[in-house]
Amino acid sequence: MGDASVEHSHGHHMDPAVEYSSSKLGMWLFLGTEILLFGGLFAAYAIFRAKYPEMFFEQHVELNKKMGAVNTCILIFSSLTMAMGVSAIQRGKQKITAILILITILCGLGFGIVKYFEYSAKFHHHIYPDTSIFFSLYFLMTGLHMLHVFIGLAILGVLFVLTLKGKFTAKYNTPVEIGGLYWHLVDLIWIYLFPLLYLIG
Amino acid sequence: MTWIPEVASNLASKVDGVLLLITLLSLVFFILITVVLVYFAIKYRRKREDEETPYITGSEPLEIIWTVIPSILLIVIFVYGYVVFKDMRTPPKDSVEVTVQGKQWLWTFDYYNGKKTINELYVQYNRPVRLVMEAPDVLHSFFVPAFRVKQDLVPGRYTQLWFTPTKIGTFDIFCAEYCGTGHSAMLGKVIVLSPEAYEIWEKGVKADEGAGVASLPPVELGAKIYKEKGCNACHSLDGSTLVGPSFKGIFGHAVELQDGSKVDVDENYIKQSILEPQAQVVKGFAPVMPSFKGILSDEDVTALVAYIKTLK
Amino acid sequence: MANHTIAQNVYVPFLEKKGIWSWILTTDHKRIGIMYLISISFFFLVAGVFALMLRYELLTPASDFVQPHTYNVLFTLHGSIMVFFFIVPGLAASFGNFLIPLMIGAPDVAFPKLNLGSYWIYLLGTLIVLIALAKPADTGWTFYTPYSATTDTDVVLITLGVFVLGFSSILTGLNFIVTIHKMRAPGMTWHRLPLFIWASYATSILQLLATPVVGITLLLLITERTLGVGFFDPAKGGDPVLFQNFFWFYSHPAVYIMIIPAMGVISEIIPVFARKPIFGYKAIAYSSLGIAFISFLVWAHHMFTSGISDIAATIFSFLTFLVAIPTAIKVFNWTATLYKGSIHLHSAMLYALAFVFLFTIGGLTGLFLGALAADIHLHDTYFVVAHMHYVMIGGTVMGFFGALHFWYPKWFGRMFNETVAKIAWLFIFIGFNVTFFPQFFLGVQGMPRRYATYPAEFESLMSLSTYGSWILGAGIIIMTVNLIAGLINGEKAPQNPYGSLSLEWQVPSPPPLENFEEIPHVTDWSYGYGKKK
Repeated sequence: MGDASVEHSHGHHMDPAVEYSSSKLGMWLFLGTEILLFGGLFAAYAIFRAKYPEMFFEQHVELNKKMGAVNTCILIFSSLTMAMGVSAIQRGKQKITAILILITILCGLGFGIVKYFEYSAKFHHHIYPDTSIFFSLYFLMTGLHMLHVFIGLAILGVLFVLTLKGKFTAKYNTPVEIGGLYWHLVDLIWIYLFPLLYLIG
Repeated sequence: MTWIPEVASNLASKVDGVLLLITLLSLVFFILITVVLVYFAIKYRRKREDEETPYITGSEPLEIIWTVIPSILLIVIFVYGYVVFKDMRTPPKDSVEVTVQGKQWLWTFDYYNGKKTINELYVQYNRPVRLVMEAPDVLHSFFVPAFRVKQDLVPGRYTQLWFTPTKIGTFDIFCAEYCGTGHSAMLGKVIVLSPEAYEIWEKGVKADEGAGVASLPPVELGAKIYKEKGCNACHSLDGSTLVGPSFKGIFGHAVELQDGSKVDVDENYIKQSILEPQAQVVKGFAPVMPSFKGILSDEDVTALVAYIKTLK
Repeated sequence: MANHTIAQNVYVPFLEKKGIWSWILTTDHKRIGIMYLISISFFFLVAGVFALMLRYELLTPASDFVQPHTYNVLFTLHGSIMVFFFIVPGLAASFGNFLIPLMIGAPDVAFPKLNLGSYWIYLLGTLIVLIALAKPADTGWTFYTPYSATTDTDVVLITLGVFVLGFSSILTGLNFIVTIHKMRAPGMTWHRLPLFIWASYATSILQLLATPVVGITLLLLITERTLGVGFFDPAKGGDPVLFQNFFWFYSHPAVYIMIIPAMGVISEIIPVFARKPIFGYKAIAYSSLGIAFISFLVWAHHMFTSGISDIAATIFSFLTFLVAIPTAIKVFNWTATLYKGSIHLHSAMLYALAFVFLFTIGGLTGLFLGALAADIHLHDTYFVVAHMHYVMIGGTVMGFFGALHFWYPKWFGRMFNETVAKIAWLFIFIGFNVTFFPQFFLGVQGMPRRYATYPAEFESLMSLSTYGSWILGAGIIIMTVNLIAGLINGEKAPQNPYGSLSLEWQVPSPPPLENFEEIPHVTDWSYGYGKKK
């Protein structure tokens, strides 16, 4: 919901407090729909896992647990830096905020690179989305998540530039906060994906 | 015009009971609402601009009444619908089993004694039948209005349906789940035979297609078979392309096969295509036609050939 | 009620600015509402033409007007365009946009730019579907697998278009929820909100909760066709019925996305023309939320013959009857509102009364389809077609036409010809019933839906239905011409021609740019008609 970041330019008749709480409510609602979007895939996962427990057991070992674990650590760390960034801008510290957002972005990119190697390895072993129901789920769930990582990175990129330009202050930082919320969602979804796909056999 | 289709199975009258109950209750509410609506609209029509109206914002007793009474009636409908449904889903143990396959766009029926029919389901009067159904391609739905039964055929699993025919005669089978271009041509018949006639049919003699049909001239017999055995679902007469090549003007011409070779459409090619459809498939068409071996007799095939010859 | 006047010298109607860019880049909710109104009306007429073609083909049993494949394409386009382009965005996006800020006393929605974005996303979705028309799908608007996964028509683009439309729907719903929560004028408490707002609120919740699920479902269908994923393909271990579960988990709530806004419209029109407070305000308001909630629990009643378990079928049948209760409550309350009123049969009121009458038929015939044994016989027959159209045309479209005639003077600042409007109403009312009432009998007699050709025994009722469609079509043409003529040479509309107490009527017609010169202070609900004792 990139729109919220530019909303303040319009709000000449909107009380800043109302604007802040509106943006926040809007973002939470949007995150709700995102979870429902993944919810369809989680439902499919539950149904097919109940139907083919052996397939899930036999095929999940093909996934690279180490890379998955590394990526989990990267994302959790990036969520931490994002949260620190939000609290820094609330105290008005623009430079520190910019650095923290940059670290978050680098983490996101790192996540993407690891994922790239994982996908390549799968293709190298001739494992594709149509290989089996399990790998369909693997590619669709991680693929949709990856798409969200990219959207998150784009939002963070905009926030980084705007922070450097000094657009955000201790008084006005709604976009950083709701951008941060989005990034936490990306992290949260991965925290469910990792054990469901890599660990539980 | 009849309001309701024939009652030809044990389930039909039960389902009609549910339909009747809901119709009566609906009519009561419909008439009530309509009468009150029209009465109010006329009686309280604005006559002067400055008419005074009372300030009435609601009534709790009324809200309770019109919540509770419909709720009770709805539960009654639900329970009645459920009780009959339970019957519809519980086939008796002594049912005759028939395996049904629905595919684009015809029905095949396999009987316990190895008999096989296309688009015609033969059953015995007053004897429960259980259909075990499957579909190799897409969803279909087996629907006999006169029996009030319907069940989807789902690729990858078996579904079932049962009924006891209570009337001798011929009844329509419709495919009720949309299945592609030939959906509305995926029609069949249930033929309910008397125990005697059924016994004769079981032993192999065509009970219903006795003397009358056999005495038809070959071209007319061919035209009849073309419609009844479902050829029409895939092969048009007017040159339009359905699932298979059109019959129009096909006889005597060469067609190109999958491998690029050509073959003349003559009596032998048509016969082979009916009995071993996958042997020489015309280019551009999928090898999906079922074999009619054991379903059509030699005379039937000859009649079809004669019919196709006439389609110029 | 706030008494609010605007000095003439500062009054700038929102329609004042001219030029194409004043529309393309507008963030004014009233203009965005007009853009939706034009778009959805256009698609309504297009899909209506498809419907007339379908009925023309069905005049006789044989396929003599179009080939069966073309027929199948036509009903797919008729259904998809009506559902996804017209009726789902429909009232919610057009009148919702126009009315929500006006009715709650706000200058605009909470996120005006997002609102504009939603519109352009909607248009992008329609554009994608337009491209898909090169090789139009023949799956029906329900896109059931495995047929949709195997047909060689273009299913990917049309579902992608619908997927994009879904985003527009989600963002609009989100915008409205936040607007209703955060932008209400001082004194506009929840229990003073006009019922159209309650209805929009319930609709928006449904849009937010249900649309993502259809989004992922259509995405899965697309991957099925492009990447060879096999969730719905039995050959790969998948299950075609899973698609139906996913699809109806969205599409049943979507039925209420389509109808609840119309219920809101009716709740506004009836009190104004009966000069009576709405009867049972809270019952109507909460029943919208009740319907929204229960609608998530009834999806499998579309699947009683699909091969779901008997227990599932039983539970879903029971829950389906639950949803009938709040619906019935609304009908009773609307009817009771007329009691001792001073009823003026304005064309908008006629549409509202037609709604109550036709929707009652639509609702009652729903009972047949909710009852297990009856549904087995009636499922996938013309009974379902008739029921669905009684709810969608008899309900939603009547609400839409009612809204058009009711708020027309406010929105455009002009009046239409009332006599012609009444004549059009009569054509539509008669034409609709002649078209669809025979279909109940066709269904009971076993005539299956989606048939390009049909057995001769159904011919008399089928051709009657086709004749009805011509009357209905004529009525809609008369109405459209009348409303367009009003825009060109209609009289100037007064601020409040019907004496409504709702906030939108307290500003000039058409409303000024930011609606209110000053945010109003609300002291009472908007249904305070009649003399208090």
